Amino acid sequence: MLKFDNVTKRYPETGDVLRNISFHLRHGEIAFLTGHSGAGKSTLLKLIAVMERCNRGMILLDGQNLSGAKENQIPFLRRKMGFIYQDYKLLQDRTVFDNVALPLVIAGSGHQEIARRVRAALDKVGLSGQEKKYPMALSGGEQQRVGIARAVVNKPPIIIADEPTGNLDPELAAEIMRLFESFQQVGVTVLIASHDISLISKMNHRVLKLDHGQLVSG
Amino acid sequence: MKPTNKRHQTKEVKQPRYARPVRQDTRRTTSAGGNFVDKLKAYRDLHAHALFSSLGRLVAAPFNSVMTIAVLSIAISLASGFYLVLANLQQLTGNLETSAQISLFLKNEISDSHAKQLADSIRKNPSIQSVKLITKEQALAEFKTYSGFGSAISVLKTNPLPIVIQVLPKDTLEDKQGLEKLLQSFQQSVEVDSAQLDMQWVERLQSIMAVAQCAATLLNLMLGFAVLFIAGNTIRLELHSRREEVVIAKLVGATRAFIQRPFLYTGFWIGFISGVVAWFTVTLMMLIIRQPVAKLSDLYGGDFHLLFFGFTETIELIAISSALGVLGSWVVLMYQLQYTKPE
Repeated sequence: MLKFDNVTKRYPETGDVLRNISFHLRHGEIAFLTGHSGAGKSTLLKLIAVMERCNRGMILLDGQNLSGAKENQIPFLRRKMGFIYQDYKLLQDRTVFDNVALPLVIAGSGHQEIARRVRAALDKVGLSGQEKKYPMALSGGEQQRVGIARAVVNKPPIIIADEPTGNLDPELAAEIMRLFESFQQVGVTVLIASHDISLISKMNHRVLKLDHGQLVSG
Repeated sequence: MKPTNKRHQTKEVKQPRYARPVRQDTRRTTSAGGNFVDKLKAYRDLHAHALFSSLGRLVAAPFNSVMTIAVLSIAISLASGFYLVLANLQQLTGNLETSAQISLFLKNEISDSHAKQLADSIRKNPSIQSVKLITKEQALAEFKTYSGFGSAISVLKTNPLPIVIQVLPKDTLEDKQGLEKLLQSFQQSVEVDSAQLDMQWVERLQSIMAVAQCAATLLNLMLGFAVLFIAGNTIRLELHSRREEVVIAKLVGATRAFIQRPFLYTGFWIGFISGVVAWFTVTLMMLIIRQPVAKLSDLYGGDFHLLFFGFTETIELIAISSALGVLGSWVVLMYQLQYTKPE
């Protein structure tokens, strides 16, 4: 599903941030990406989101080369991934429904299709009936679940979460993790960047550990 | 596609959790992406939504919108006002024919009978088409009627106006040199004080008009650029305040076209509304000056009617302002969107 092949990312100011990274996430696999801060976690995620390009190596998503993608292909590649952020990245002036509907609106789905899928996604994350609320009116855990609903609403084959539980208490964090596991069970590949060691050790999944830009386990 | 099918299955297992299971069931028969007609409808809806949501945004921030639209409509009013003033002046000078008529102003001591003899002799010239004698009295009467200085004239003890012979050369004499020759021959005759080729005046007036037209065109070009930049700057600010929205849209796979669309519609609206406001502004101004102009026209005995914006001109005005709004926005978006990146 997602394959890194000898990927190196270098910034002119800081030198190699990622060095010779190789791993392969298979369909329906769930994995944690961990490491101390500055180990290159967020750079790696940026490479997947094609917000940055690697200097060497190749990144393949579902057989498509992310590192060599043309500028006008990037939107279509991003539609294959569901991103979840620590700070949720919700539009505060839009309702929960509109926030979740955004990927579908962008993809040009019809009204009925959008309504159906948004309800299904919100139902999946346990937020049925909250469509008309604004993000501000929701708790942090609920906002994160809106973010998750948005990530899964167009049924991407891979979900990438960046510190999804960073702002949540352990109980909510565990709940969010269970949600990710339920996605995995239906064949979605999930990559979760996190430094919450206790949570990761409890979950017993594959762990990709970064240390100073190098993959030390996984 | 295997994972998708699997997910459908799981959803069906969890069916009881849905609020409206029956409706969901019927909908599921459509394919995941919807058919072509649905997509087309969705595309149309996107445009309609962008059209109305951008108008909604303008209405939601009335102070900013009013300021922008005021500045834009002043610029557009100036440009279209110049255009209209020029059109009116052209209407005035356009009526003047570039006839090759020559006016002979006779010396003061020449009597009416002498003048008549002169006129008759000129009439015999084969290159002359017609000759018209205007006596001092006729000239005075005409002047009284049309100049508006009637009462002032009647105060005068003597008639200051000379006898005029209007000579219209034949059409064959169209070349300038021939006319000049004829003019010189008239000038040399003893009875004539001065001979005036009317065409010269028309030509002078016309070249003044040409200068005015050129200046107005340049000015309108400048004002057009001003509209472009004001619209562009408005969109730049709008883009700045909606940066987060743009970034999030990019992250969930929005194409450039999708992101640009609402901003282009905003540009369209401010151009469109400014064009309409400018139309009303200029029309109102024309209505205000219509009265004085009519009075002036009356005084000169002319039947000059003030030109307002016609139907085509109205459409053109609004179309050009809207287009400038869109173009200004587009230029800014071209440049700015590449710097509005997720970080």
